[in-house]
Order: sequence, then structure tokens, then C-alpha cells
Amino acid sequence: MAVGNKAAVDAGPLWKHVKKEWKLYTFLVIPVIYFLIFKYAPMLGNIIAFRKYRGGPNLFGTEWVGLSYFKMFMKDPIFWRAFYNTLFLSIVYLIFRFPLTLGFALLLNEIVRTKRKKFVQTVSYLPHFISMVIVAGMVKEMVSLTGPINTLIAKFGFEKIQFISSPEWFSTLYITSGIWQGLGWGTILYLAAMTGINTELYEAAKIDGANRFRLAWHITIPGILPTIMTLLILDIGGIMGSNFEKILLLYNPLTYETADVISTYVYRMGIGGGQFGSVGGNFSYATAVGLFEGIIGLILVTTANFISKKTTESSLW
Amino acid sequence: MKASLSYRGFQIINGLIMTLVCIFTLYPFVYLIAQSFSSEGAVYAGKVSFFPVEFTTQTYATLLSKPDFFRYYGNTILYSVVGTFIAVAGTAILAYPLSKEKLRMNKFFIPFVLFTMYFGGGLIPNYILVAKTMGMRDTIWAIIIPGAISAFNVILMKTFFASLPNEIEEAAKVDGLDVYGIFMKITIPLSKPIIATMVLFVIVGIWNNWFGPSLYLQSKDKWPVALYLRQIIENAISPTEVGATSDSTTQIAATIKSTAMVLTSLPIICIYPFVQKYFVQGMMIGSVKG
Repeated sequence: MAVGNKAAVDAGPLWKHVKKEWKLYTFLVIPVIYFLIFKYAPMLGNIIAFRKYRGGPNLFGTEWVGLSYFKMFMKDPIFWRAFYNTLFLSIVYLIFRFPLTLGFALLLNEIVRTKRKKFVQTVSYLPHFISMVIVAGMVKEMVSLTGPINTLIAKFGFEKIQFISSPEWFSTLYITSGIWQGLGWGTILYLAAMTGINTELYEAAKIDGANRFRLAWHITIPGILPTIMTLLILDIGGIMGSNFEKILLLYNPLTYETADVISTYVYRMGIGGGQFGSVGGNFSYATAVGLFEGIIGLILVTTANFISKKTTESSLW
Repeated sequence: MKASLSYRGFQIINGLIMTLVCIFTLYPFVYLIAQSFSSEGAVYAGKVSFFPVEFTTQTYATLLSKPDFFRYYGNTILYSVVGTFIAVAGTAILAYPLSKEKLRMNKFFIPFVLFTMYFGGGLIPNYILVAKTMGMRDTIWAIIIPGAISAFNVILMKTFFASLPNEIEEAAKVDGLDVYGIFMKITIPLSKPIIATMVLFVIVGIWNNWFGPSLYLQSKDKWPVALYLRQIIENAISPTEVGATSDSTTQIAATIKSTAMVLTSLPIICIYPFVQKYFVQGMMIGSVKG
């Protein structure tokens, strides 16, 4: 825990403690009410997955319907398609992104000149701050029939590809744009962990004749292992989630087959948003699907955390 | 020690990889800028790759000649200012007591905040709450309030507060300041670096937000520029709507998307290199477990 903050925790009855520190506790009043309304009320609002919601301000619905909404979506092939797409996109993305990010961090760490390193970092972090609307817009411009990628394809004598309307290209666009946007920013925590490694370890290993590759393998990687594990836990916990906004901006009815994920399905069923094939207004049904996704996510992150705690002693909580 | 030959070879390859990464990262920006200044003929013929072809500023002139773009920009600035104030103030007053180890009830309140990082209400319950229960639809509040305080930012600030030396607060207490006085006159001024970081995080979030506005804002005149841009990209806004005359329609249609994208991301790209270190610093503080 922090250094300068070692004030002893007083013993004795709680009311006496509150009476003594009441002014500090008053800070919590507004934020706690805020959390109850804007974080915990919607959490409880998931109850409409089991109750009929008839519109209006009553967040908690009107009558119990049991598991009927769950039974409904379990029988819906569109749900299973979205379920499969969610897992497929997340896992393939993770398989590419995780080693690439780690590798990029290790290579950045090998740049000797500080100025050069700073430059590469500044450039590679930039896309992280760009709005998803622009990222999706860029993807569309880059792969359009008159865009640079198709121009290049045509130059080599191949036929131009309709990337945006081809289901078989969606995962490629999703993963490539994700790596474009996140590669640099993803290295920050690794680089922070690397600066924390004791330099004497490197000196000692150099004296023993270790080369750069051995230094990276035997000192750098073990040194950042807790960070690797933490990020892996978070990523595994996030497998049920996808980059909802990006998919919403990039997909279209022609690519639903491979691009429709659980969250976009929930969006079309619940909100609608005027998109093709969107129903809208099925709030309870959509909530049931969303809750299913949220619970699996919670189970995944808890399990990954547990396994990591047992095997590497690093964990989120 | 002299660098071995294989090591120097590695450095050269590494430099090459880094150059490629930079090109890969920057090229889409270069392409967009080049396209936005090119003529429609060049764009449709696929002639644009790195530099503008048949240079023209017509699309910029048209887009900027109508008040629309500035109004949406103005909305974004308004949401950023109000939203940032609420978010930072809310985060600070929550993080401050949580940073005090002597508060026994933190044993309850810290997990209370942390849990929201791993489980949330989901899209639909949040939508019903904001739009229907709270009646915030079509107001600025629907965009600013629901995401104002996040558990991540609270932890970030709590970690920073906890790292401040206790002695300063003790001295202020002796001088007769109460908890509120200490917070306003001592803690906040000492926390400028973390506040700067948080302000930037929140501004970028609000600046880039289009989904919240698309859910909650029906009136077009309340749109932020990100949502306007989205409509342009989705072809939901015709060239004549942005002010194209009959002879400039095709030109505008060809380059309006790239022009709007350049204009919208410009402030972020310009300010970003100078404030980058605050973002990185914020991530570092956040990564140290509180």
C-alpha cells in the first residue's frame, strides 16, 4: 500500500468510527447514489429477462414469465449464429493480437536511441485516440473499389474485391483494423513492466555471456510475466464481448452471416436503430440475450483469474 | 563491449520493422488527406495513393461554408466541457474517501465500485433507465451522466491520492482546516497531474462518442460532430444537404467522407503529440494495484 498513508485503523464500535469520520463519509453520498442509479439499477434491470416489460419508465417489468425468453432465443438459429461469430472473432483476434503486441513491445524495448523509440511510440499510440466512426470510415475508404488496396490488387492483374459486402472478408477487416488501432497502445503496460526490471540482472547475465535474445528470453519475459498474465485474464474475460461499435459501423445485411455478434443482435432486437433485419422493441428478449452474454463473461474472467492465481500467482483480485 | 555482428544485423532488421509499423499506422491518414484534396475524377479512377491528385479545396470550402459543421462542432465542445467537469468532480469526490485507509467502511465501498468493472447492466436495461425511467432522452444529460464516473478512473485517482504524503494533510489540520478545506485547498492542487490525465481521457471519450448520441438524441440540432460524420459516412446526408451546387455535386460526393473525417479528427491529431505523456502516465498509475 501507499507509503505516506499509514494512519492506524481505529478499533471499537462502527458508529463511533462513523461519528468521528463523518465528514469524510459525506464525500461518498452523491457518488454512491450515482452508482446505485446508473450502475446497479440497470444490473437489477436485467430482471426483465424474466419479466414482461411493457414500455414506460418501470425498469423492472410487470409480470413474471420465467425462462420463456431464454427458451425463445435458445431456439433461434440467428442467436446461435451470433454466438458462434462472437467466439470466432474474439478468439482469432486474440490469437493474432496477443503475440503481436507482446512481440512489438519486446522490439520497442530493443530500440537503443530514446528519440527514435519515443517517435515510434507516439505514432503507434495515435490510432487509439481516433473515433470509431473514423476508424470504420477509414476501413471503408481503404477497401472501396477505388481505394488503394483494390487499386493495388488491380495493378497485379487480379480482380477487384468487394470487401465490405463479402462475408468471407469480414473477420480479416475486423482483425486488421483492430490491430491497426490497438497494437501500440497495447504495449504500454508491457513497457511499464519492463522499466521495472532490475538492470543488475541484465548486467550479471551479460557478464555470463548471454546475448540479446537470451536476455529477452530469460530476464525480460519472466520479468513481465505477471503483466502478461493479467492482460491475458482480461482478454479471456472479454471473449464474449466484441468491439460492438466497430461491428455496428462496419457490418451490413450482406455480411450478417459472419459479422453479426451477440451485442449487435441484442441491439437490433431491442433498439432497432432502423437497420435492415432489425425488429426493435423486444426489450425483454434482447435483455435475456444480453444477460446470457454478461454472465458467461463473468464466469470466464473469474475462471481465468482462478487458474492464473493457482499457476502463476498473479491475479486481478 | 563491442556489439557483435549478429546484434547489429538485428538492430537493422528491427529498425526496418519499426519503419514498417509507422508506415502501416500512418498510411490511412495520409490517404484520407490526399483524397480529401483530390478531384473526383482522380478519386474515382483510383489514382490517389500518397499525394493529392488534381489538387482542389472545393469540398473543404463547401463543407465549411455552411454553419452546420460548426454547430455540430460547437455541440461537441459544449458536451466535452460540461461532461469533463462532472466526470472529474464526481471521480475525485469518490476516489478521495476511498484512498483513506482509516475509513473502515471502505471494505464495503471499494468492492462496490470495483464490481461494476466486471459486470454491468447491458445495453437494454441501461437504455430503458436513461431514456425512460430518468427521462433524459434528447438531452445533453443522456450523453454525459451515464458514463461520467467509471470504476477504472476512480481506481486511477484513488491510487494517486493514496500516494500523496500524509504529513501535508496533517499540517493543514493543525492549521485549522477541516476535511473539506484540506480536499479543496491541499489535495486538489497537489493532484494536477492526475486531473490533467483524467480530463484528457474524458474529453477524448466524449469527442469520439457517437453511439450514445445516436441512441438518445433525436433532434438533429443537438448532434455532436461524431454523429454528423457517421451520417455522412453512411450516405445518409446528400451532397446538396451540405451545400453542393449542381455542378459540384459529384466532386462533393467523391470526397465529402474523407474531408469530414479529416476535419473531425484534426483537433485530436494536433493536440495529441503534446499531451501523449499524460495518457501514458495515467495508464501507468492505473496499472499499479491500489
